[in-house]
Parts: sequence; structure tokens; C-alpha cells
Amino acid sequence: MILLSIGCSLLVGGAFLHAEDSYSYDYWGNLQHGPDPYRVKTVLEYKQFSPDLPLRDPRGLFIRGDIAWVCDTGNKRILEIVIAGKETGTTRRVIDSFINKNGIEEPFESPTDLYVDDKGVMYICDTDAGRVLKLDRDRRFMLEFTKPTDPTFDQNLSFMPMRVVADRLGRAFVLSKNINRGLIKYENDASFIGFFGASEVTFNWSDYVWKLLSTRAQREQMASFVPTEYENIAVDSDGFIYATTMTFETWKLLGDQAKPIRRLNALGNDILIKNGEFPPIGDLSWGVAAGADGPSKLNDITVFDSDRYVALDQTRARLFAYDSQGNLLFAFGGRGNSNGRFRKPVALDHRGRDLYVMDAAEGSITVLTPTEYGNIVYDALDEYNRGDYDASAKRWQDVLRLNGNYDLAYIGMGKAYFREENYKKAMEYFELKRSEEYYAKAFALYRKDWVEDNIVILFIFAVLLLAAPPLVGHIRRVIREVEHS
Amino acid sequence: MNFMTQRLSVFTERSFWSHLAETLRYSLYVITHPIDGFWDLTHERRGSIGAANIIVIATLLTRVWKLRFTSFQFNDINWQEVNIFMEFASVLLPLAIFCICNWGVTTLFNGKGTMKNIYMGTAYAITPYALIQIPLIILSRLITFEEGTFYQVFSTISLAWSAGLIVAAMMMIHAYSLKKTLLFMVITIFAMMIFIFIFMLFFSMISDGFAYFISLAREIIFRLN
Repeated sequence: MILLSIGCSLLVGGAFLHAEDSYSYDYWGNLQHGPDPYRVKTVLEYKQFSPDLPLRDPRGLFIRGDIAWVCDTGNKRILEIVIAGKETGTTRRVIDSFINKNGIEEPFESPTDLYVDDKGVMYICDTDAGRVLKLDRDRRFMLEFTKPTDPTFDQNLSFMPMRVVADRLGRAFVLSKNINRGLIKYENDASFIGFFGASEVTFNWSDYVWKLLSTRAQREQMASFVPTEYENIAVDSDGFIYATTMTFETWKLLGDQAKPIRRLNALGNDILIKNGEFPPIGDLSWGVAAGADGPSKLNDITVFDSDRYVALDQTRARLFAYDSQGNLLFAFGGRGNSNGRFRKPVALDHRGRDLYVMDAAEGSITVLTPTEYGNIVYDALDEYNRGDYDASAKRWQDVLRLNGNYDLAYIGMGKAYFREENYKKAMEYFELKRSEEYYAKAFALYRKDWVEDNIVILFIFAVLLLAAPPLVGHIRRVIREVEHS
Repeated sequence: MNFMTQRLSVFTERSFWSHLAETLRYSLYVITHPIDGFWDLTHERRGSIGAANIIVIATLLTRVWKLRFTSFQFNDINWQEVNIFMEFASVLLPLAIFCICNWGVTTLFNGKGTMKNIYMGTAYAITPYALIQIPLIILSRLITFEEGTFYQVFSTISLAWSAGLIVAAMMMIHAYSLKKTLLFMVITIFAMMIFIFIFMLFFSMISDGFAYFISLAREIIFRLN
């Protein structure tokens, strides 16, 4: 038996992630290990797609269709890598310059991030040049988004675009270093519209008291009240922008005041759905181990078509997958040298259900693909969203066979039973994993059914209850009269 | 042995049980007529320590039943992490410390109550807790999370009522005015804090002292070897 299991682990060990690396959290916030949701499909080494020149400080990764664009920032170039089909892992095109307004080739200074729309138009952050370039498919200059001249923009600050996304109309959202007023929004003719998605400045009583007590010199040294500076942005299929931030106070995380992941609507308000027991913040408890300390710092995020999102944690090199309701589906990955672990993961994107993680230290892109378990969980969620509750319940049952510690599976089963109007069974499942909200719904309907079924008994009971005291009194009186007479 | 049988023979007497039942039933009068009730409780000997003990035990049981049987919608507790002795202690320790501190403070300031009276009064005063919380456990199984307002309101009433009764009990037992009672309640709370602080200090000193001698002994044994 032992030999067999060792044999099995030798056979599959290489392909899977590492044992005990994948987990989720239960209702109480306790870590529950689970099967691996993802396995390594392949690792694209730089030797494969850039044999002559190793990647230097790559920062940006973008995937659309069968192509991955890698911003090789240190080498001032962008690689277009084929990631599907026969030619997987080969570089289709190396873009190290563009054709400028005057028709002359002009090199990039430091391309850090790019966004490509469905027509192949590229938006490239050229950080040190202080511009975001909009180039057509053949890298001819179309537009340039530069430092806004608007008075609302502090002209003393340098404009260093780090991240860019664009919507269908060609409006660009740019994240610039040093700017803590949110994203910079441009019209599709490159004119500045305004700032977008800055979090409100919070007032802090203890800071205020400290400031009253300190001298002017001390006051000047203190950091002023600054709103969040975003770390990374991604755009979902509906055009909402997902942003992550690393600047927050640790104690604000669990109370959901830090909001490291945000979904911004057209007004720049955070509309991320958080129906889970805990807000989406990555790890819930953060011990000191293996040189890592402190909470998860999410440095990239990618959003699936079904509003599921995966965030990349810089602290422990882990990936956190959440469903559209903000429940943690699974956490996996970790720091290390072997396949499926990362040394310095900097960028994350997806293609279908596959995840692509770029490791800046290795200069490689790790391709992760869901295991049977991961796929069943995704299928169960998809089928529920589609309204196919029977199929969803079956999937959740399969999930439970693979992972009995998975709260979402129990709640998913409960939901499926609820839709089938089997409220008693649904209540059992909801109670097991303490889903108050759904339990209340199921119980209200169960109670209604019960009262309707037993209305006669209840009626008789009520009549007896009302009739009993006068009746007893009457009998007593009769007895007394009989005794006295 | 003779002494033991003599003591135990009390339990076989009919008058003992009827007295216990009567004094226990008196708790229902006390909670609805606190001023009268608490005066008669001690001055007219209408209460008994036995009944007080039963009320305290009922409170302890209510506390555990509440954790165990209340619908999970109103009871956010991980049953695996509950220590039943800690739950008992969370009732008994404050009760004991309150009685001791209240007695200690009031004896110095003309309080008429003896330790026995204070314990009896406090125990009778917490009757509403068990009386309301036990029906609430059943209620919690019949209502949903959204209808939880009823539950919260009654739960608060059970505590507020008990608190009010404790004040009334102390007022009658010590024959204080209302103002003086309230003042001494505050002083009692301070005294309780000091009591707990001194105890913690005492235990930490003792454990440090033991640790010192143990390490000294270890060192000597180590050297001798």
C-alpha cells in the first residue's frame, strides 16, 4: 500500500503542486487543506521564447486570444509570445520600437505594462518617458496620453504611468506612480477627464490627538492623510475595473476597511460583492514563516468572464481564487524553486480557465491549468449561475467526495436542495456550514409549509389553550359547590 | 457517622422539601414585587439558601443550554471550543467576587446585610435570566434570523431586569437609600477590579516564585551530576 502510494506520488508528483499547499478557510476562519485546484501544465522558460537575450526585470503580462504580451522592461522591449496551438512558446514578434508621428522608428524607454484591445490596438506604458502610447496593430503611432495640464493635477509631480487599461470606446485608465488620487482617466482623444476611484480620505481621531500634542517639526515629519495608491488594475468583460492596493493598515483588513481588492464602477465607487464570511483579503492569518511576514499584498489580479477573480500575493507568492460572491474558492502556489512555485511572481493573467504567472526572478511564465477538482468546482458554480440546479448539486456532491472540508460545497448542495423545494434537507446543509442567510430563507418556507400541513392540529391546540382556563375554573366551582352543599 | 446520618435525615423530612418549594416559589413574587419581596426575603425569612442554590444552578444550566440548544442563527459559537468549566466559572466567579466585595465594602459603611443575605438576595435577583432565557431557546428554534429582533429584545430584558433586581436587593438588604445603593454598586465594581488584580498579581508572583525554586533545584542537580 505504502509502496503503491509512493509510486503514485512519483508518477504524478512532478505535475501537481505541492502537498498541503492548497487550502481554503472555513466558517471559523480556520485553514482547511484541500486537493490541488491547479496543476502546472508547462513552464515557458525565457530560453524557449527569447533564446538570445534573457528577460531583465519583466513587469507586465497581458493575454488576449492565443497571444501573450510580455513587457521586458529592463531590455526595453515587448515580446509577443504564442501560447496556444503548435507553435506554443515561440515568439511571434519582438517590439522594441514604434513608428512615431513623423514616420521614424522610435525606441521605448521603459515599457512596464500594456493593454491590447480586441482589434489589436496596443496601449503601452512607457514609464520613464512619461507617456502612454496607443499604437495600432503594426505599431504605428495613434495617440499619446501624457501628463495632464489640468490645474487639478499637481504639476510638481512627475508623471510615471505604471499600468494601463482601456474600455471599448478607447478611453484609457492609467495608474501612475506617486499619484494617490486614484486612476487617471482619459477621453478617447487623449484629453484628461479627471481622477477616478480614489478612496475617501479617512479621519483618524488618534492621529488628530497626536498632531495636537506634537511640535511643528514632528508634524511635518508625519505622513499626511493620504488615500490609497493602487498597485495594479484589470478590466473585466463588463468593463468594470478591478484594482488592488498594498497600502493599508493591517488591522483594518479583517473588518473590511482596507479593501485590498476593489471593483470600480463608472463613478469610481467600489462595488465588489462580499457575501463571504470574510472579505477578500488573501490570507486571514499571517504568521511569520520562511521569511514571509505580514498580510497578503496583492500585486496583480485577473478577472474571469464569470466574475471570478484570482489575485496574486506578493508576500507568500500565493494565488487566491474568489467566486463572484467574494468567497475564497482556493488558495494555492507558494514560494520556491520547483515548478508550481514562484520566486518573484510579478504578473498574472488568464486564458480560459488557465492561469499564467510571470516570475521576474526566473524570467519564466508558469502555465497552470485546473485539475479535475478545480474544474468541478468551476463547473458547479457555472451550472448554478446558469440555473441548472440539479447538475450543480451533482457537481457539489463530486466536490465533497474529493474534499469534505469544503464549506462552499455544502452550501452549494443546500442551495440546490432549496431550489428543489426540499427545505428540510437544505436547512441541514446550511446549518452544517452556518449559512445564516440561506438557512433563514429555507426555514421560513419550511415553517410555512409545516403550518399549512398541520393547521388543523394547531387550531385544535389553540382552541384548547383558550378554552382550558375558564373550563378548569368552572369545574372547580362546581366541585366546591357540590362539597359545600 | 452518626453526624452524617443526622444531617442527611433532614432530606427525608417533608417539611424541608415543602419549605424549599415555598421559598423557591417566593422568587416569583420577589421578581415582580422587588421592594416588598427583598425586604421580606431576609427580614421575614421568606427565602432560603437552598432555593438560592437552586436558582444559581438553574442559571448555570441555562447558560450551557443556551450555548448548546439555541439555533445557530442566534448563537455564533464554535461548540468545539467551549469549555464547560469556563462557562460555569464565568457565572460563579463574578457572583462570588461580587458577594465578597459587596459584603466587604458595605460592612464598613453601615450595611445591614450579612454574607448569607447578600448571596441569597443576588441569587434571587438573577431569577429572570433563567426564566426568560429558557423559553428564548425554544423561541430561537421557531423564528428566523430576520425576526431576531424579538429574541434580542427579550434577551436584553432578561439582563436588564436582573440588574435592576440586584440594585433593589442590595437596597433592601443593607437598608440603604437608592442614591447610596447606586454609589455602593459603583464602589463594589471597583472593589471587584482590585480584587481580581490582586489575585492575578498573587498568582503570577507565586508561579514566578515556584519557577525560581524549580530552576534553582534543576541547576543544583545539574551541578551535582
